[in-house]
Amino acid sequence: MGQTIVEKIISRNIGAEKVEPGQIVTVKVDRVMLDDIMIPFIVDKFHEMGFCRVWDPDRVVLIYDHLVPSSQLDDIRHYKVGDEFAAKYGIEHVHRSDGICHQLMTEAGYVKPGDVVFGTDSHTTTYGCVGAFSTGIGYTEMAAILGTGTLWVKVPETIRIHISGTLPANVMSKDMILRIIGDLGADGATYRALEFTGDTVERMSVSSRMTMANMAIEAGAKCALFAPDEKTAQYCGVSLDGFQPGLAGDRDAAYLKTLTYRAEDFVPVMACPSQVDKIREVKDLAGLPIDQVFIGSCTNGRLEDLQAAAKVLEGKQVAPFVKLIVTPASRKVYEEASACGAIGTLVKAGAMVTHPGCGLCCGRTGGILWDGERVVATNNRNFLGRMGTSKVEIYLASPAVAAACAAAGAIVCPL
Amino acid sequence: MSVGKIFKFHNDLDTDQIIASQYLLLPTIDEMKVHAFESLDPEFPVKVKPGDFVVGGENFGCGSSREQAPGVLKALGVQAVVAKSFARIFYRNAINIGLPVIVCRQLPDAVETGDEMDLSLTDGTATAGGETFSCTKLPPYMKKILSQGGLIASLNREEV
Repeated sequence: MGQTIVEKIISRNIGAEKVEPGQIVTVKVDRVMLDDIMIPFIVDKFHEMGFCRVWDPDRVVLIYDHLVPSSQLDDIRHYKVGDEFAAKYGIEHVHRSDGICHQLMTEAGYVKPGDVVFGTDSHTTTYGCVGAFSTGIGYTEMAAILGTGTLWVKVPETIRIHISGTLPANVMSKDMILRIIGDLGADGATYRALEFTGDTVERMSVSSRMTMANMAIEAGAKCALFAPDEKTAQYCGVSLDGFQPGLAGDRDAAYLKTLTYRAEDFVPVMACPSQVDKIREVKDLAGLPIDQVFIGSCTNGRLEDLQAAAKVLEGKQVAPFVKLIVTPASRKVYEEASACGAIGTLVKAGAMVTHPGCGLCCGRTGGILWDGERVVATNNRNFLGRMGTSKVEIYLASPAVAAACAAAGAIVCPL
Repeated sequence: MSVGKIFKFHNDLDTDQIIASQYLLLPTIDEMKVHAFESLDPEFPVKVKPGDFVVGGENFGCGSSREQAPGVLKALGVQAVVAKSFARIFYRNAINIGLPVIVCRQLPDAVETGDEMDLSLTDGTATAGGETFSCTKLPPYMKKILSQGGLIASLNREEV
């Protein structure tokens, strides 16, 4: 009997020939991601546990993104705690204004195919886009990893998502993952790994895969994996020699189940307030007036996303009274989107472009909304109160759909 | 364990509702706890008494990995969270800070907010309205962490 991708990664990590779903094992951690919101709590727990050194400072990455730039005085306290901790324990990988943690972890080369990675944020599942086993944990467990370099995990069962065929022109990977979350339900993959296969997935860019791995947590998944290929190797700056070529699920691996999709069947969809699995076709929501559009986040703030939005808004104007907020996922994305003209097109259309970071996605800075307002957003959660008061209606959509809505001033399907 | 009052919440209750993002900047869990469940029941932090229970449906604690969510419940004295199922990060976080999280398929539909409940972790049962429901027992590894008062106490005991 063969193994799924996550089983292969865990087997290799613990030096076993094979692992079985349900087995509890202790893994050696390849990399950890600490974010600015959680850092004071991680530091407190680290000291409470009595550790006096970080197991391997080179494997630790500290990223300020939720609170950048500061909008409250307490934000600065978080930077100070992080800076002191990094200086004291020799942590050199610190990003203070470079972008969103999940974008930077792969973009800056911290995560490679086959790695085992943990982060203090639920969207740590994102790194499955390059074939790494990565998942979110709390600050107490992060403190324990910083001291020991290990963590116990239960080997998850794997659900395979097989997609073949060619996507319609106005459909993005966001539409696919929203539909899949709708089909699985908000807890349909709880404790489980997702594994994406099929020729549609093979043709997708690493950025598009990232959007899907990022949102797997919205179906409860522990991780979401794509087999690394040439595109992954190029993106990560590694060669595919050695272990990586074997990092695909085996034909005879034991999958819990397989969901099969035809790419041609996907259509533009939205997650309606206030559950990510409440999926409806955009055409059925058409005409609903909107107050704001947000294009950004670790889900959809990459170059291809900003280009898709710019293509829709080329030569058009954002509707009167609608605020369009664009937040590139990283400084690198910002630079590239500026160089290719996408940022210019968006600004000309009336967009407000903010500094790379989490921004509006976690409801802290740059465009929070009030009772009764409706926003179309490209991020990953539409929970009550996520982007302002608990009476804001959040509709999640792809960058192309979001841009079309901004121009129309209402929900509309892009051509 | 002893008798406590039930506060019942819906399916897919996400951690943003337990403690909203804007309060995560407060320096301590004790300062955050007065905002627990603010969007759903602003009076909750005043009404809940030490020893009371939070009861949820499916997928309790989904969404953000914020450990402050089980943290504020423990700080308010919640004895345990009983739900039909839990999101995995919330589940791990709760065990790690010593807050019992109990899976019970039948009980949530049979009770309402304000009902009294008795929980026995040893027997794996919950009793409410004269009826006793069986709960899933914790795996030994997690039971050990919980019985030692959470991960910190557990690690200290191993003298790491």
